[in-house]
Amino acid sequence: MFENLTTRLSRVLDSIRGQGRLTEDQVNAAARELRMALLEADVALPVVKEFIDKVKVRALGAEILQSLTPGQQFLKVVQQELTETLGGNAEPLNLRQQPPAIILMAGLQGSGKTTSTGKLALWLKEREKKNVVVVSADVYRPAAIEQLRIVAGNVGVEWFPSEVGQQPVAIAQAALAHAKKQYADVLIVDTAGRTTVDEAMMKEIAELHAALNPVETLFVVDSMTGQDAAKTAKAFGDALPLTGVILTKVDGDSRGGAALSVRQVTGRPIKFLGVGEKSDRLEIFHPDRIANRIIGQGDVLGLIEETARKVDHEKAQKLAEKLKKNKGFDLADFREQMLQMQNMGSMQSILEKLPGGAQMQEQIKSVDAEKQIRRTVAIINSMTPQERRFPDLIKASRKRRIAAGAGVEVQQVNQLLRQYETTKDMMKKFAGGGMAKMMRSLAGRLPPGMMPRR
Amino acid sequence: MANDSAIGRFRARLNKGDSWLTRDIGSFFKADVLSPDALEELETRLLLADAGVEATQWLVERLQADINLGRIKNEKQLRASLKKALVELLAPIAKPLQIPPFIKPYILFVAGVNGVGKTTTIGKLALRLKREGKSVMLAAGDTFRAAAVQQLETWAQRVDVPILAQGEGADSASVIYDAVQSAKSRGVDVVIADTAGRLHTQSHLMEELRKIKRVLQKHDPYAPHEVLLVVDATTGGNALTQAIQFHEAIGLTGLAITKLDGTAKGGILLAIARRMALPVRFVGLGEAAEDLEPFDAEAYAEALIGE
Repeated sequence: MFENLTTRLSRVLDSIRGQGRLTEDQVNAAARELRMALLEADVALPVVKEFIDKVKVRALGAEILQSLTPGQQFLKVVQQELTETLGGNAEPLNLRQQPPAIILMAGLQGSGKTTSTGKLALWLKEREKKNVVVVSADVYRPAAIEQLRIVAGNVGVEWFPSEVGQQPVAIAQAALAHAKKQYADVLIVDTAGRTTVDEAMMKEIAELHAALNPVETLFVVDSMTGQDAAKTAKAFGDALPLTGVILTKVDGDSRGGAALSVRQVTGRPIKFLGVGEKSDRLEIFHPDRIANRIIGQGDVLGLIEETARKVDHEKAQKLAEKLKKNKGFDLADFREQMLQMQNMGSMQSILEKLPGGAQMQEQIKSVDAEKQIRRTVAIINSMTPQERRFPDLIKASRKRRIAAGAGVEVQQVNQLLRQYETTKDMMKKFAGGGMAKMMRSLAGRLPPGMMPRR
Repeated sequence: MANDSAIGRFRARLNKGDSWLTRDIGSFFKADVLSPDALEELETRLLLADAGVEATQWLVERLQADINLGRIKNEKQLRASLKKALVELLAPIAKPLQIPPFIKPYILFVAGVNGVGKTTTIGKLALRLKREGKSVMLAAGDTFRAAAVQQLETWAQRVDVPILAQGEGADSASVIYDAVQSAKSRGVDVVIADTAGRLHTQSHLMEELRKIKRVLQKHDPYAPHEVLLVVDATTGGNALTQAIQFHEAIGLTGLAITKLDGTAKGGILLAIARRMALPVRFVGLGEAAEDLEPFDAEAYAEALIGE
């Protein structure tokens, strides 16, 4: 739906070529596009401003690497800065306290505190082999305590009973006394959702914090939150000494700008991501993943992994050997390549993962790539082995025969032969070590972002 | 006038955090001349309210046109022009929910992503409809989340309406089907069906919603008569994506926006209004059972702009 940042940046930057460094004009033009992109990703405006200032300083005068266009170079700076801002020094959960270590959960209504409490309890139990007790101090929302009881039962940790009508501080103290008696390692205190403008409720959670003196105070925030994320995070940060953040509902398709806002405003690390409704769907935070998501980059890493899995290495190796020995690239090899492409799965699924792929998907809807590949293979199948090896043999009469055999027109056979010639030329350069040169010459022609970055 | 109190409530709740849009609008003027930064400042504030880039640009262009025509020379005119633009944007989507007496039971289907306040909205809605003299029945269709059924049961007790539930893990479609069945035999006016929260990216869960709808259509080919999407006011641009995706899956007929009593201003309404012709039925302004108001474009715009 949104225009990819890569596309935007290349539109404003890549018209200017042949410069060694990013100029001030370029940086300013790019900054405007970046601002829009970050706002569309729901990064809070004050945070956007601050972030852009940092990027500008870094981008100005940055050398444009040989293999990159100015747009890509700028994007690289943004990506690095974003990852750094989000990551900082991501700390693990701090449990270095005389047991029981207390974790206090805080956040707005519906941000996912109770679900996260359950997930965290399971994570501590399974990964850290901790003995966990959970308690709910939410005496307001109907069935909130019941929800935690069921969640605790599902993940197999102890639930300390509480009920509506009790004081939250009293509940917490009773739970703490119980956890001590049980020699529990960790006590997680779930609290009621509250809006930051509700003074009484904010005071209540500050009192809870004072009474418990937790080693971790985690702010739970919905990754779909908009501009309000900054304000809310600040208000919670002012009321409570937060120690970390849990970002929830990351399995949705929001761009997750809230992550940057919250990180910047609270200065506290994001420690976990909630990535699904099931109790085991909790992940340690990866700054680069969220960074790529905010600027709308696809999951390139995932694509590379998938490709590596599906390409037949032996065949690819054989082809490379053959090319090295300077034996020609013939139609049989071309067919092989096409088959490999087919193996990679549907074009759609590849495009989904490519940066900007969503837009491209729209554009190529009319062209059925898979049909093209099938047709190409069919034409080559209609050739004799001799013809495949020596394509120069193919003259008018043979073309007619091949076309009839594959059920296509002669033009399509011609088209295939031309396509093959182009590929052959590329392969020659490829084998001659001209890879880098060729990539550079392609850099301007291919959609930006498609180029492998090194 | 009832309208006055609505405006008052809106204003009190919406501006509790801070009055954002026009707090110092007077300072934009220096002796009858609008300062050049004023539009940019307004743009910033609209963006800060999650109005989104598209709706913001549209509003700012409106103002710019008025300025170019020389219509804005003082604070009052700026306010008036801004309000006019906001109302123009919002009025087409401010359509209250009307339940015709000849459809019985009227089936109201509530959907949304996790944690937006579906169950709370249903509780409030049940009270509101009951006060209008309708008999209401709730269907506990959220059979997935822990204690969701109990939560709805508590609401049913609170506002004193019957509820049909089968407990956790039951088939959501069958719970709702049974509720409609029993509403039919008891002559209940309105059935409000809760569903489990689901992210619009999870296609199997969206498929489940479609199934529920298909099953309901066995009772009445026109059911559900209202498909209400609940959206959290603190959500950013993703709320628009949610609305579009849910609409594609089950065909929405209305929107309820919750948690407007926090610091979020729900500017996403503007973004949704700009992109979709989806009526906004209700706004949630607090945790109490009475804190649900029908959406009124005029009142909302007025609350944003102030005196």
